[in-house]
Amino acid sequence: MQPVLLWSDLFIWLLVAAGVVGAWWSARQPLLAAAWARVGRSRPGMAAATLLAAFALIGLLDSLHYRPQLPAQPGEKPAYAVEVLSALDALLTPLRTRVEKTYSAPLATRAYAKEMIELRQTDGTLVNQRDFPRLRHGGASLGDDEARAGADIAGRALSALAFAALVWLALCALAARRVAGRAALGFGAAWRKLWRGDTAFAWDAVLVALGLILAVAAVFVGLAVEYHVLGTDKVGQDVLYQVLKSVRTALVIGLVTTLVTLPLAIFLGIVAGYFRGWADDLIQYLYTVLNSIPGVLLIAAAVLMMQVVIDTHPQWFATAAERADLRLLALCFILGLTSWTGLARLLRGEALKLRELEYVQAAQAFGVSDLRILGRHLLPNLMHIVIIALVMDFSGLVLAEAVLSYVGIGVDPTMISFGTMINNARMELGREPVVWWSLLAAFAFMFVLVLAANLLADAVRDAFDPRMA
Amino acid sequence: MADARDLGMTSAPLLDVRDLSLGFATDGRVLTAVAGISFSVAAGETYALLGESGCGKSAGALALMRLLPAAGRILGGAVRLEGRELLALPEAEMRGVRGSGMAMIFQEPATSLNPVLTVGRQIGEVLARHGGLAGQAARARAEKLLAAVGIADPARRLDEYPFQLSGGMKQRVMIAVALAGDPRLLIADEPTTALDVTIQAQILDLLQDLQVERDMGMLLITHDLGVVARMAHRVGVMYAGELVEEAPATAFFDAPRHPYTQALFAALPDLSRRGARLATIAGQVPALSAMPAGCRFAPRCPHAWARCRDESPGWSPAGDGQRVRCHLIEEEGRRRPTPASAAASAAAAAAAADVGPLLQVADLKVHFPIRRGVFQRTVGHVRAVDGVSLALAAGRTLALVGESGCGKTTVGKAILQLLAPTAGSVRMDGREIAGLSRRALRPLRRRMQMVFQDPFASLNPRLTVGEIIAEGMQALLGDAPRNAQETQAAVAALLAQVGLDAGAVDRYPHEFSGGQRQRIAIARALAVQPELLICDEPTSALDVSVQAQILNLLGELQSRLGLAYLFITHNFAVVEHLAHEVAVMYLGRIVERGTVEEVLRQPQHPYTRALLSAVPPPRPAAGGSIIRLPGETPSPAKPPAGCHFHPRCAFATAECRERYPDERALSATRVVRCHLYR
Repeated sequence: MQPVLLWSDLFIWLLVAAGVVGAWWSARQPLLAAAWARVGRSRPGMAAATLLAAFALIGLLDSLHYRPQLPAQPGEKPAYAVEVLSALDALLTPLRTRVEKTYSAPLATRAYAKEMIELRQTDGTLVNQRDFPRLRHGGASLGDDEARAGADIAGRALSALAFAALVWLALCALAARRVAGRAALGFGAAWRKLWRGDTAFAWDAVLVALGLILAVAAVFVGLAVEYHVLGTDKVGQDVLYQVLKSVRTALVIGLVTTLVTLPLAIFLGIVAGYFRGWADDLIQYLYTVLNSIPGVLLIAAAVLMMQVVIDTHPQWFATAAERADLRLLALCFILGLTSWTGLARLLRGEALKLRELEYVQAAQAFGVSDLRILGRHLLPNLMHIVIIALVMDFSGLVLAEAVLSYVGIGVDPTMISFGTMINNARMELGREPVVWWSLLAAFAFMFVLVLAANLLADAVRDAFDPRMA
Repeated sequence: MADARDLGMTSAPLLDVRDLSLGFATDGRVLTAVAGISFSVAAGETYALLGESGCGKSAGALALMRLLPAAGRILGGAVRLEGRELLALPEAEMRGVRGSGMAMIFQEPATSLNPVLTVGRQIGEVLARHGGLAGQAARARAEKLLAAVGIADPARRLDEYPFQLSGGMKQRVMIAVALAGDPRLLIADEPTTALDVTIQAQILDLLQDLQVERDMGMLLITHDLGVVARMAHRVGVMYAGELVEEAPATAFFDAPRHPYTQALFAALPDLSRRGARLATIAGQVPALSAMPAGCRFAPRCPHAWARCRDESPGWSPAGDGQRVRCHLIEEEGRRRPTPASAAASAAAAAAAADVGPLLQVADLKVHFPIRRGVFQRTVGHVRAVDGVSLALAAGRTLALVGESGCGKTTVGKAILQLLAPTAGSVRMDGREIAGLSRRALRPLRRRMQMVFQDPFASLNPRLTVGEIIAEGMQALLGDAPRNAQETQAAVAALLAQVGLDAGAVDRYPHEFSGGQRQRIAIARALAVQPELLICDEPTSALDVSVQAQILNLLGELQSRLGLAYLFITHNFAVVEHLAHEVAVMYLGRIVERGTVEEVLRQPQHPYTRALLSAVPPPRPAAGGSIIRLPGETPSPAKPPAGCHFHPRCAFATAECRERYPDERALSATRVVRCHLYR
């Protein structure tokens, strides 16, 4: 096995590192720590954060890439597959490899369309018959006894739920012990305190969210070993696998793009607001011009140019995954370069207000250099806007990817994303009978992801709003 | 006026408040903000609720209107307006009471009017609700109301928007809106705090006339003893959510009985206590969550003994309609003599002008261009400062006095080179600093510093107090590299100098009260050992008792360090107390300059005279008629031709309309710019 570090992996792990450092740093800043503690008290915010953490876990597992070793003769130099897999792929090997011929509905045992199949009669003759063919993997253990499928599914789901309930209760007990330890209470008192919502951290919301995640995950796992829980697509690939793979794409688009946007927006916005004069004029003209070009047009032009560059230099990429990955990153940069204007404008307005404040003038009276005033007096007092914009933009960008892929200027067609899934669903919705599960699955997952991000953004905004503090 | 006061005592009360308590819900607890206040207001009477910020007076007034914010809870008591219990009324009926039963005027005229509706619409709204008037009838009535509040050309003003009106006119419109429902009781919540003294005099006159004319009751909420003396028939003093003293105005000003009231009077700066320390009240108003068990003033009271700490005092009559909540009334023997204020610090006065001036400003001009159009062509100038000359010696205080918009703050910032002067010279110890490059200016920055007006905006909320104070040292004394320990020691010494605990170093500004923040700001300025301190209204955002502490501190620092102060203010009491010389500004120019005695005792310029007479003294009917200035300060973008003051001047002649008067020296220290003197 040969580890592979894609560019987007690098960014993701850098972001994780930055997040860890940021958390450590803000824990030492009393004002920031107090603000984050207010986020921790918000029930919807913490439930959303729990959901996002589950998505982040999927995304991070999917960001550990490797090339598996091919079976080789002893003494031969080890050879590696062209295919780049991730830790998530390894976990989901059964889902990834059990490919059907074509469409099948969720939890089905037979395909979705009739085919000519040869049936061997009891007397040994072969008869051609048009029927729904039996799936290769869906409900394979049932054998011919397909009528048992309903009972089998119910049984598996129930036992999975029971397992989830046990794990959940254990987690609840752990949380209650933590609360008991913190508040020096008995276990029973801590348990009641926890569920009354009387704790400084919204444990009840986290536990309820965890319970829901556990229930869904357990049912999915319990059924996925035997069935295609969310059906299969046109080439017979499991939709659940595709949805899970899409999570990383969405996270990369949402996070790496903000990483590109932030320095641009912060620097240009503050400089314009603080220095006024020609710097302000220049930056304002720049973003007014950028804003007046229709966004999709600008992005489409940039993506098409980039595509030509990629297509004319195949020697740059060792594997198809690398090419798709670079295209994803390029898309992030293009999105970032076109979407800094909103935040920059906000920050410019705020900097205009702050520069007139007396503490900035006091610093000027001390002859403090402008850069130091920017870094010490302006930036920390703008940070709440940056944090709010960061979380709000995330959900917008995830949706933007879906739209761009739908228009055909999004990620590489070989890369699984919510956008490509929705794009494919265009055809599926047009056929008869309608294939609805692909679109529904993509929609449901994206909906939950974006909703969670929005709820967390709301909680963060409330907590960082200086008027609320 | 005297019979109006008597009348107030005899007739049945218009408003009767009994044991009103209210609180604010936070974190699942209700913190009591007002604890059982009782008072009554008769028709035609003005009842003044006096108290410092945070004592619950505004919350109490909002509770009377049942307009408390969402977290506010009325905890008990009764409010009767003309015998009708208000707290039990359903909301629909309460809406009828608001406006026609009682109406309210707020502090900030700029934000109490809706900027997108015309004046006529905003008055019409009330007329439609309470009089059922619409169309022409409403218009005619609104016109009458505007005329009644003294707005010239009311028919035209009805169709104007608030931004077309000046501050004083907006407050007049607010009063017209309040009167539109023909209320029986007018609640005025600091109606003149945001206005200049000359405008304040106009508005107070107007309120007084309207009250007599309509026989209204008026509940006046204020922190200004001068306004109370001018307006009130009866006074109630609030402290920490309780009413502690209630008295007819004359008795109140003759003999305040509660130690808190006495301390308030003692804290007022005044010429008689010039140079001496002002009495201050130790400590701060207790937080809502930590109210003392006994008398709420006990922790800060110089007379307090064990009983005060255990038992909350009830009302004790003190004769002549005066009543006080204080144990001292029963045990008069416990009253301790107030410590005699220290003698005037002669040192500061002695160190007077035998040396050359430290700061010399000659013909300073700051013009802001007005730009219009696509190409930002300059079409005119706002002449914020238009030829100001000053001189200030070390160890002396020069007060720069004027109404808002006269350019006094701009002068301060231009001297510090925070704003680039358009013309003129600023010399520091003989060295020209106007127009120096930033690099050349840096060594000079150490010698002059500024203390700002708003202690809440002048400290960066994201830095600790230690970092804030060390900033100047690092920026200006950087050439002598200090290690962390030296800096820390220097910061601790500075904190001690301004009377703060060394533990403040690691705390953030939001943990401090307004007065403490102003001390931090002073420590920050002192950190670089300046010789000149420009104080831009450093006490105008503070309560009287805290103002006294800061003034004491500034006086002490001056005598100890020999600092020169350029003190920018609109408060004449502070000028009297602190300054050696005074310069009065009007529309960007100094109209009169001289020593404190000269200018304040014998003002010569008509504007100075009007300004001084408009300041309400903190004692009733203290003689001297008020010179009423018509109109308001014109815009510095279009100053009147000739003498800027002539449109408002009673002595204006043809010459005043044509030519700006030259400086005329009346004595060695005295300069006036007025055609009356030649």
